[in-house]
Amino acid sequence: MIQLIYLSVILPLLGFLINGIFGSRIKNEKVIGTIGSGVIGLAFFISLLAFIETLSLPVDQRQTIVELFTWLNVASLDVSFAYQVDQLSLVMALVVTGVGFIIHVYSIGYMHGDKGFWRFFSYMNLFIFAMMNLVLADNFVLLFLGWEGVGLCSYLLIGFWYERKFEKSTTADAAKKAFIVNRIGDFGFLLGMFLIYMTFGSLNFNDVFSRTLAFNVDTSTFNLIALFLFIGATGKSAQIPLFVWLPDAMAGPTPVSALIHAATMVTAGVYMVARCSIIYASAPAILTLIAVIGVLTAIFAASIGLVQNDIKKVLAYSTISQLGYMFLGLGVGAFSAGIFHLMTHAFFKALLFLSAGSVIHAMHEHQDIQGYGGLKKYLPHTALTFLIAALAISGIPPLSGFFSKDEILWYSFANGSLILWLIGAFTALLTAFYMFRLYFLTFEGKERFGHDKHPHESPKVMTIPLIVLAVLSVIGGYIGIPEIFSGEHGNLFHTWLAPIFKNTERKLAIYGAHTHLEEILLMTISVAGAALSIYFARHVYLKNPHIAANTAKKFKKAYNILWNKYYVDEIYDASVVNPIVKGSDKILWRIADNKLIDGLVNGTASVVEVLSAKLRKMQTGVAQFYALVMMLGIVIALFWIILSL
Amino acid sequence: MENNYLIPYLLLAPFIGGVLVLFINKNKENLIRYFGLAVSLIVFIISLIIYFDFDNADGGFQFLYRFSWIENLNISFYVGVDGLSLLLVLLTTFLTPLTLLSSWSSIDKKVKEFTFFMLMLELGMLGVFVSLDMFLFYIFWEAMLIPMYFIIGIWGGKQRIYASIKFFIYTMFGSLLMLVAIIWLAVYASSSLGYFTTDLVELYKVGPTVPKTIQNYMFLAFAFSFAIKVPLFPLHTWLPDAHVEAPTAGSVILAGVLLKMGTYGLLRFCLPLFPQSSISFAPAISVLAVIGIIYGALVAMVQKDMKKLVAYSSVAHLGFVVLGIFAMNLEAVQGAVIQMINHGLSTGALFILVGVIYERTHTREISEYGGIAKIVPIYAFALLFASLSSVGLPGLNGFIGEFLILLGSFKSTVLNNIWFTVFAASGVIFAAVYLLWMYQRVAFGEVKNPMMNELKDMTKREMLVLLPIFVFIVWIGIYPSTFLKVSEKTVRNILEQVETPHKAELK
Repeated sequence: MIQLIYLSVILPLLGFLINGIFGSRIKNEKVIGTIGSGVIGLAFFISLLAFIETLSLPVDQRQTIVELFTWLNVASLDVSFAYQVDQLSLVMALVVTGVGFIIHVYSIGYMHGDKGFWRFFSYMNLFIFAMMNLVLADNFVLLFLGWEGVGLCSYLLIGFWYERKFEKSTTADAAKKAFIVNRIGDFGFLLGMFLIYMTFGSLNFNDVFSRTLAFNVDTSTFNLIALFLFIGATGKSAQIPLFVWLPDAMAGPTPVSALIHAATMVTAGVYMVARCSIIYASAPAILTLIAVIGVLTAIFAASIGLVQNDIKKVLAYSTISQLGYMFLGLGVGAFSAGIFHLMTHAFFKALLFLSAGSVIHAMHEHQDIQGYGGLKKYLPHTALTFLIAALAISGIPPLSGFFSKDEILWYSFANGSLILWLIGAFTALLTAFYMFRLYFLTFEGKERFGHDKHPHESPKVMTIPLIVLAVLSVIGGYIGIPEIFSGEHGNLFHTWLAPIFKNTERKLAIYGAHTHLEEILLMTISVAGAALSIYFARHVYLKNPHIAANTAKKFKKAYNILWNKYYVDEIYDASVVNPIVKGSDKILWRIADNKLIDGLVNGTASVVEVLSAKLRKMQTGVAQFYALVMMLGIVIALFWIILSL
Repeated sequence: MENNYLIPYLLLAPFIGGVLVLFINKNKENLIRYFGLAVSLIVFIISLIIYFDFDNADGGFQFLYRFSWIENLNISFYVGVDGLSLLLVLLTTFLTPLTLLSSWSSIDKKVKEFTFFMLMLELGMLGVFVSLDMFLFYIFWEAMLIPMYFIIGIWGGKQRIYASIKFFIYTMFGSLLMLVAIIWLAVYASSSLGYFTTDLVELYKVGPTVPKTIQNYMFLAFAFSFAIKVPLFPLHTWLPDAHVEAPTAGSVILAGVLLKMGTYGLLRFCLPLFPQSSISFAPAISVLAVIGIIYGALVAMVQKDMKKLVAYSSVAHLGFVVLGIFAMNLEAVQGAVIQMINHGLSTGALFILVGVIYERTHTREISEYGGIAKIVPIYAFALLFASLSSVGLPGLNGFIGEFLILLGSFKSTVLNNIWFTVFAASGVIFAAVYLLWMYQRVAFGEVKNPMMNELKDMTKREMLVLLPIFVFIVWIGIYPSTFLKVSEKTVRNILEQVETPHKAELK
């Protein structure tokens, strides 16, 4: 099955083509939906078989490269459409196709009746196709194909309802913003690739990574490569300063948000950094930068999430915040912990979004939590699954989020510093608080919606995916139980990925001397903190709603800053976007091009024209004038001859 | 040496076809159209025969044909193709039938003259690419202006006279300098070889021996002429006017093939004839190229006219090609060659699409559109596809060219400065901005103009025009080897010719 892994890439492409070309003629939603989700399901099945087969191989033979054909072969550049099956890419492929499949099935119910039903499924399939290229590529260029491909698909899907308004502008604006901000990151990624090629003479992972160890390259080059690639990651994985597209990405249909935020797209940056871990291990300064950016993004986004009222927006900021955790993990050298959190997050974040979708569906596209309340009665399944996901993301044991988040927090302390841990742990409290604010305001308490709304539970095709994801959110953490609990078995997930990060860890050589007691102590603090936060959220939003209102009034300024998301969009507009647009229009186009350059060109032409007009006057056609000029000429010529004699 | 008649046939076909068109009754417009199309298809088939007979492993000139012309001056009708010119010949013969097909209904007056000029234009363009004698090259180079001048001047928009004269004088001005340099070089050859010659293959040996100062003058004269054609910033202002006023077919050929003559000239003449000067001027020209990339993109961004936007995007795209040429390594120059083809396809498709919608609405103002994705879905898809190819999305053609150019220029020892690439790569961002913004304003949002509700989607004929272009957009994106291997050996030869003095200099 490993040799057939390319099928798991091609099947989604096939689904895209079938639904894209014939979808408008098929019309039958069942057929379109079955094709759309079927190809993803098959892709998952193939990935699963490849995983099982790999599991049966000896540890040192668990990397297989399946080459299809040569793509670009110029000078020493030789990249192919070739897929690399190893421990890391398999985890990613399983998450992408697995969670992707669940989201596809859910979409059959969610998108029911939409006139773009076929278009939706074909774009979603293309998304998975791009993402599979990204995670399975055996070289940087093919990874980049997927990298840009998910950017394109997010453009298509965020702008899916392209005639709709979104906040102050339109969904099309949000889509364009996503693509362009991603392209800024891609610019960094491109430069990283160029520098890698210049330094190592190849863009194939195996060549580059082995040469990273073998070649004698100075640290500044490594730093630059690592930095360039990381710029790409900040774009795709929504980190400071390029996170601004992700909150707007919710302009698309909710399953799209689930796909972008959970299984695909945003995980790309985390995956890429993990894949290039050996390069990062050679650039410790950048690794520290990643940890700092990660933890800052985590707390920054969490603070915004505290006050937002749009259910999807809160979730969007929580995604940014959780991605920050993943980068914190990578930054302190806990690469497998970062990937572990990526996986568990994919489960519970997909669950959160799809549950939110179920609520939005029930509330007729209404997304403001101020207009919710008491929905548990009408949406019992959804309420339960949302609660499970909220507990998981809050890091309450023994749900999956607990294991993965705590592992990152522990390493941020053990390999990093107390301050990283403190910010990370504090963010965990904020997370628990705003997630349960969301839960209580939506599902518990008094009903705050009008009688025109008759909320009802979603159909089975939507609730069953929720239940599957809920199960995964609960048990997904058990493959990564830390050593202190699991004893001799060790952390299964860590062991599985160990060969990938073997060289990296040897190079980093962080063996902090810390005791199990410390680990348990820190764990207890963060769990207790999260539990308290939940209790506090219940106290504020369920029992004493006036507290929230009073606090907002009391700290009006702080509240406004958070509500307006620190004005980052406004600052970017004023400092970057507007100067470029206005400058191009007023200075480059109107002055430089029209006045200066063209003025010079046409000026030259007019000078010639004026001069010739003057000269033309000499051609009067009057014979006497010509005779006069001739005579004068002869006289002057005669004088000349006489004088020169 | 035995003469091969394939290239003379290639040139004779459009010539005879064009002359025959003149004998058809001008009222039989459809007959003229079908006849013109048939002729251009025959030319395409001849070029395909050349392609299939072409030996990729041999980077030199093939299919040579020589016919002594002005014996006293050793000027001959000397033609042939190598990997570089073959690709451009194919691009020309590929685009010409498509442009004729795209003008089927949009050109409804003077169809006979139009078909005649289009075929003469094809002859001129092919002549430029296959000439191996500089005098012959010059004749074709100039002659080709005439049909283009008429195509813009007769079938153009409101300001067509201004645009066509501007186009003519701009390019003519550059050509004259080139003529001086050609004669100078030939005279120089007569002192070193003992006889006057304009034979390119012989001049390849003479050029590098010209003393540096004189070589600089010659290089500049050639480069100036080519830079106008490319067009290289700041010599580009003829382009937007010419494009906006030209009919669709004119724009497609102008962008698709004519601009390539500039970059072809740089590669065919400047680099191998004046290697030392090329290397000295490479940084300066690359600066202009990079300015063009960013400037063209920014100015494109603020255009209100769709066609002008696409025209300015050409300035940016061709900036990439010039940068690639002057980076002077295999990656970059191969990228530049493939990017010449890419630009012909992507921008050609965009111009055709602008033409399609203009024919229906008679407006190119972006603000007049909006929300048409719902009304004309096939058109909207085609516009998106062409835009994405132009943006350089991996998997489509544009990416291959840009990626190779940037990759090569980054490590170029001639430029020896990564900032060229850093700035050029920022063009990747701006390209996304101006094309997606345009696309969004045209296709997305609400329908603002009630007239748009009546819009008819693409006809079968229009789809037939675009389909072959789209096939190649994907083909080059997924399997560029087909094309890269045609030019590889030739590019290696050119670079070798440049590198020999460069290496000596480094020592």
